[in-house]
Order: sequence, then C-alpha cells, then structure tokens
Amino acid sequence: MVAENVFFYAIAAVMVAASVVVVTNRNVVRSALALIVVFAGVAAQFILLAAEFVAVTQVLVYIGAIMVLMLFGIMLTRSRIGRDEQMTNSHWWAGVVTAALLAGVMGYALIENFGDDPLPNDRQIATVDGSNTSTIGDAIFSQFLIPFEAISVLLLAALIGAIVIARKDR
Amino acid sequence: MDELLLNQFLLLGAILFCTGVYGVIARKNTVLVLMSIELILNAVNINLLAFGAMGNDITGAVFALFVIAVAAAEVGVGLAMVLIIYRNRSSVDLDEIDSMRG
Repeated sequence: MVAENVFFYAIAAVMVAASVVVVTNRNVVRSALALIVVFAGVAAQFILLAAEFVAVTQVLVYIGAIMVLMLFGIMLTRSRIGRDEQMTNSHWWAGVVTAALLAGVMGYALIENFGDDPLPNDRQIATVDGSNTSTIGDAIFSQFLIPFEAISVLLLAALIGAIVIARKDR
Repeated sequence: MDELLLNQFLLLGAILFCTGVYGVIARKNTVLVLMSIELILNAVNINLLAFGAMGNDITGAVFALFVIAVAAAEVGVGLAMVLIIYRNRSSVDLDEIDSMRG
C-alpha cells in the first residue's frame, strides 16, 4: 500500500508541475509537450484506480490523436515557434483570482466532505475473466446504449462539421 | 498514510481544474486556450474514475470514455474554427477577435 502512495505523489507532483508549465510557458510548443506529460500522468493515475482500459484509451486518444491535432494547429496558425513575450493577456490577474477562489472553495468542500475516506483495497471491479474491459463493453452495449449512440452521432457530426468549416473552396 | 484516500485523487483533479481555468482566462493564443480546456476535461475524468473506484461501479469508467470522445469532437471542431479565424484575420490572438462581424 505504501508503494501506491509513493507512486501517486511522485506522479501527481510531476503532473502539477507540468500543468503549470502548460498555462505559463511562453513557448507554444513547450506548452504542448508539457501537456503530453500531464496526459501520461493522468493515464498512470487511471491505472492506480484500476481502470486499465480507460488508461489505454487515454494514451491512444489524447497522446496519439489530440496532441497531434494540437501540434498541427500550432503549425497551421504559424504561432511563433519559440519564445513570445506576449502570451498572457492584460487581465491575467483575473485568472489568478478566479483560480485561487475556485481552488479554495473546492479544496474546502472536498476536505470537509471526504476527509479521510479510504478507497477500497480491492478496486478491481468484479468480472468474469478478471479484466474491466469486458465489463465496460457489457455496460456500454446494454445499460448505456443510447448515450453511446448519441456520442457516435455527435462525433460524426463534429467531424463533418470540421471538414465543412475548414474547407477552402466555399 | 498507508492506503490510498479518495481525497488524494479529488484534490489532484481540483488542482488541475484550477490550472486549466487560469489558462482559459489568461492565455492569448487560441490553441493554448484549447489546451487548457483539455486540462479541465482530464481533471473531470480523474474525478469520475475516483468516484467509480470508491463505489466499485463501472459507470465512472463508461462516462470517462464518453468524456474522451466528446473531447476529441471538441478539439476537431475547435481547431477548424481556429484555422478559419486565422485565414480570415491572419491572427489567433484572442484580444483581437472582439467583434461579432465575420
């Protein structure tokens, strides 16, 4: 159990540091690379929570697809690859105030409500063959079939919409 | 200190969420704002899975997968919009996009 805590705090420290780099670095590409570190850390936390299927999906979709899209976005908009002095706008202090207030309220509420509630030691959700992939598959195609179909249509509509919006000859 | 607490994951999610909110408000470059939104969505996913592990319920994992799918759709449409804004205005500076005219 102690090993889990050591890994949690090591990964969490790296994630928080990398997320601060994402929102403060003056170099756009460095922000994108730090975001990859955050995504990988999130996948590691998912494994600590015994959700290996979601962890693998996180790596495939976020690190594999979304970050490539982001880097294409950086290149196609010709953001300056390199340091840029003007990366935060004039009212950044409003962001600091909002984030600090949110952190205070959420931290107070969480510590007040969930104080020392431990996670169950056996977090692997009971399955026939011991993996949670089949359980997720069963749940998606029985209990959550309608949300799943709605998400499928949303994804299709978003992809067609993206092509129509970004097309040159209109 | 000898077993994982629910609050560890929730507080980590809260910190990531707040960093993302700061990024959305303070950044000038539109692509960086999209990245901050991804930070926020990841914080939500950590919360969903932490509560799923707490209640020994698969629903958290299923909805985390749905959030990932919605995030992929959002990035696709968002980047298409950023591209057309760049094509029309030669800039992705959010401070300059201040009119509703096309």
